[in-house]
Amino acid sequence: MGELIRLESIVKSYDGNIVLDGINLSVSENEFVTLLGPSGCGKTTTLRLIGGFEKPDEGRIFFDGKEINNVPANQRPVNTVFQNYALFPHMNVGENIAFGLRIKNKTDQYIKDKIEYVLKLVNLKGFETRSIHQLSGGQQQRIAMARAIVNEPRVLLLDEPLGALDLKLRQEMEYELVRLKKELGITFIYVTHDQEEALTMSDKVVVMNEGRIQQEGTPEQIYNEPENAFVADFIGDSNILPGKMIRDYLVMINGIEFPCIDGSEQGFKPRQKVDVVIRPEDIEIKPYGKGLFNGTIISKLFIGMHYEMLVESEDGKIEWLLQNYDQHEVGEKIGMYVKPENIQIMHKPRSEDEEALELDI
Amino acid sequence: MKKTFGNIYILIIMLFLYLPIMALIVLSFNEAKSMAVFTGFSLKWYDELFNSDLMISAMFNTFTIAIVSALIATVVGTMAVIGMNAMKKKSQNALMGFNNIPLLNADIVTGISLMLFMLILQIPRGYGTILFSHTTFCIPYVILSVKPRVNKRTESLYEAALDLGATGRYAFRKIVFPELWPGIFSGFLLSFTMSVDDFIITYFTRGAGINTISTLIYSQVKVGIRPSLFALSTIIFVAALVVLVIINIRQSKTDKRNKMVFNL
Ligand SMILES: Nc1ncnc2c1ncn2[C@@H]1O[C@H](COP(=O)(O)OP(=O)(O)O)[C@@H](O)[C@H]1O
Ligand SMILES: [Mg+2]
Repeated sequence: MGELIRLESIVKSYDGNIVLDGINLSVSENEFVTLLGPSGCGKTTTLRLIGGFEKPDEGRIFFDGKEINNVPANQRPVNTVFQNYALFPHMNVGENIAFGLRIKNKTDQYIKDKIEYVLKLVNLKGFETRSIHQLSGGQQQRIAMARAIVNEPRVLLLDEPLGALDLKLRQEMEYELVRLKKELGITFIYVTHDQEEALTMSDKVVVMNEGRIQQEGTPEQIYNEPENAFVADFIGDSNILPGKMIRDYLVMINGIEFPCIDGSEQGFKPRQKVDVVIRPEDIEIKPYGKGLFNGTIISKLFIGMHYEMLVESEDGKIEWLLQNYDQHEVGEKIGMYVKPENIQIMHKPRSEDEEALELDI
Repeated sequence: MKKTFGNIYILIIMLFLYLPIMALIVLSFNEAKSMAVFTGFSLKWYDELFNSDLMISAMFNTFTIAIVSALIATVVGTMAVIGMNAMKKKSQNALMGFNNIPLLNADIVTGISLMLFMLILQIPRGYGTILFSHTTFCIPYVILSVKPRVNKRTESLYEAALDLGATGRYAFRKIVFPELWPGIFSGFLLSFTMSVDDFIITYFTRGAGINTISTLIYSQVKVGIRPSLFALSTIIFVAALVVLVIINIRQSKTDKRNKMVFNL
C-alpha cells in the first residue's frame, strides 16, 4: 500500500489564533484513518485543508506524490460527507446523488444505473424520488454518503458523520461504514470526537489536541500504550498517577513499588519523575493483604456488563478506579494487583503548553 | 369569559382598521356622488377613472416606477448581500447598521435631502428622478430580506457543490440561487409595495406635471375629491392585499420546509 496523502508541517491560523500547529500526517492507500480529539482541536480544519476549502499558512499537502496546495476543491479527487450532511434541499434524493455525475457529463443511463447502485449500497433502494425533507436523520446521513461515493473518489472525507444520530443507530452505522469501506476499496479519512467510534472502525487513529498530533497508531497501540497523559485520559477511563522510577523495571507510585516492563531502554532513568497509566480493567482484586497494595471500596456502580468501583488507598491519598465482573461491597477492604505488562509508563510533559494542559486534566 | 373579552377586543380593533376601508370600497360603487348615502350600485366611477388621462398616466407612472425600481433594487441589493458575505463579520455588521438607518429615517428627511441633492446637481426632476429615489429607498429592504438567507447553511451547501466538482458559478446558479430565491422574491414584493405606497419622497423628487397616484390624490384633495379616487384607492388596496397574501403563503411554505430540514 503506497502513500496517498501527506501533510507536511501544516500551520493554519484564523485571526492570529493558531489552530493547526505543525501537522505531519501520512495516509496510505486504502487505509481507514481517524482523526480523534476534543471539540475545537482542529479536526475539521485538517479535513477542510485536504478537501481544498482552506489553504494552509505554512506547509504542503501532497496527493499521490504531487503537491496540491493550489488545486481548488472542485478539482481534487476527494469527496466529503459533511457534518451537517449539506444535502441540497430543493432537489430530491436522485437529483442530489446525480449532481456530481451531471457535472462530469455522464449519460442519463449511466447516471440512472449508478444511482440505483449506490442506493442499494447504502440500503435505501427505491428512494430516488423522495424529497430530502421526508428523510430521517439516519437516512439523510446515508444519502450524503451515497452522493459522495457515487463519484468514485480516491478518498472519502467524513466529518463526524454519525454525530447527529442516536446511540443505537450510530453503532449500526459503524458496521455499515466498515462494510462500505471494504466494498468500495477506497481510503477513508474520518473525523470524530468519540473514542469508541475511532477505536472500533479505524486502521489508524490520530489523536489530536490543540492543533497538534498527540499520538498516532493502531487502535490497540493508542489504547494500550498511550504516549502521554492527554491520550491516556482521552481514550477511555484511566488511572493516571504521578510516579518515580526506582530502577529499571521498577516504578514507585504513592510509596508502593510496582514491577513494570519499562526501563532505561525506553528512556526512563532511575529517580526520574514519570506519569503512570493503569487501565481500570487491569487492576485485579485479591484478598486483603494478598496483593501489591490495599484499599477500601468507597463506591460501586453497575454499568451493564461489569461493576465500576472507586477504591481509596490506605493512606487516603489516592483513589483507584477499578472495573471488575465480580461484585464487591462498599466498605470492603481489598488487596489489588497489576501485572507488569499492564503498567504503562509515560514521560512527564515538558513544554509550558503541555503543562498547562495537564492542569486541565 | 376571558375569551369573549378577547374576541370583542379583536373585533373592535378590526372595525377601527377595516371599517373605513370598507366604507371606501362601498362608496366606490355608489351611484351618487354623495359621501354619505348609498343610492345604488354602479361602476360609473371606475368608468370615469379609466377615461381620465390624468388618472391613467398617474397609474402608469406609479406601477412602472414600482416595477422598475423594485427590479433594480432587487438586483443591486442581492449583489450587495453576496459581496458583503465575503467581508469580515465586523465590517458586515457595520454595513448592516448603515443599511438600517434609511429604514428608520423619516421619509420627509429622505425626500428633502434627495430633492436638495438634485437641486444642487441641477438634475431636472421628473420620471427619472422618482425612479432613482425609489430604487434608493428600496435597496435596504431587499438587503434586509435576502441577507438572512446567506448563512452557514447556504455556505456549506455551496461547499458541498464545489466538493462534487461544480465550478463556483455553477454552484451559485444551481444551489445558492434557489436558496436565496425566497428572500429575493419577498425583497422584490416589499420594494414594489413600498414604491406604490410612497407619497412623501415622490412628492419631493417629482417634477412639475408628473404625478403618481398618491401625488395626484393629494393635489385633488384641494379641489374636492371625486368618487373615482375611491375607485382608484380600492384598486390599490386590493392589489396590496394580493401581494401580501402571496408573501404570507410563500413565507409559511419556506418556514415549514426549513423546520423539516432542521428538526432532524
Ligand atoms: N472559519 C473560521 N474562522 C475562525 N476560527 C475558526 C474557523 N474555523 C475554525 N475556527 C477555529 O479553529 C479551531 C478548530 O476548529 P475545528 O477544526 O472546527 O475543530 P474541530 O473540528 O476539531 O472541533 C476552533 O477553535 C475554531 O473556533
Ligand atoms: Mg468539527
